[in-house]
Amino acid sequence: MSAGSLLFFVCAVVCIVGALSTVAARNPIRGAVGLLATIIGIAGLFLALEAQFLAAIQLIVYAGAVVVLFVFVIMLLGPDAGAGSSPAAEGEPASRIARVFSAIVVIGMLITAVSLLADPEAKTRFSAVTADHGSVEAVGGLLFTKGLVPFELATILLIVAVVGAIAIARSRPPKKRSERVESPTRRMFHGPLLARDAGRPLPKGQTLGQEGAE
Amino acid sequence: MSFGSVLEHYTLLSAVIFAIGVAGFLVRRNVLVQLMSIELMLNSVNLALVAYNRLHAGNMNGQMFAFFIIAVAAAEVAVGLAIVLQFYRLRKTINSDEADTLKH
Repeated sequence: MSAGSLLFFVCAVVCIVGALSTVAARNPIRGAVGLLATIIGIAGLFLALEAQFLAAIQLIVYAGAVVVLFVFVIMLLGPDAGAGSSPAAEGEPASRIARVFSAIVVIGMLITAVSLLADPEAKTRFSAVTADHGSVEAVGGLLFTKGLVPFELATILLIVAVVGAIAIARSRPPKKRSERVESPTRRMFHGPLLARDAGRPLPKGQTLGQEGAE
Repeated sequence: MSFGSVLEHYTLLSAVIFAIGVAGFLVRRNVLVQLMSIELMLNSVNLALVAYNRLHAGNMNGQMFAFFIIAVAAAEVAVGLAIVLQFYRLRKTINSDEADTLKH
């Protein structure tokens, strides 16, 4: 077995095992690690396909940014991150049928793929390529000539996505008027916000320790 | 038999990963896992694009497409995770069955 075959084989196995563990993991952290394995396997396959630039981008963007973002969110949600499936929904017949059906489809595809691997009909062989195929210079040159307009559009998309993500993540659902409490700290430091509130007691359930000092 | 120098092997692998991603998206109810399944599908498409591009020596349009897909996927995951956080603040769960506010 040549080095190229070995690289493909190892990367393919890592990809499939990672993808299966992503989908099957109860704990989302394991899912994120499975996704990381798939991404690294695909980066290796990009190397085998003479796409060095994309392999680097794949590792930087996916392994470096996307998976880390997933892990951050899982950590932020804490134990609730794994509570995706309620036991009631698990027992539903529709859910069970869907799980069994998709498992059959995936296993069938895996068996078909493995049996086709040794197919002698599969002979669309790759020809030799020039040395700069997939290099940073070649792909970068293409990006800034032929793909200039989509490239600039992608920058706009990324800016809009970053601003939108911050705006969505920062905004909180508005509290109802009745739930809004006047904070004792605020009154302690700023006094009554309006002059007519000076003699009014704080809302129910809060102490009036600092009122005398004002 | 040499693996890795034949187009069909890459297409088969890409199809398998895509099918796993579809199954995960349809079966799982955890929004985070569903987002990860979407990432799996996007990755498998990238693999197919780069593999087909390998047939054409000196032409790198397929790699350019894959580059843009990676950029779009990064934007998608940032916005998607922000929405997941906001959904969690609203409903205190990340079960996608609970995202039914529009229904009522």
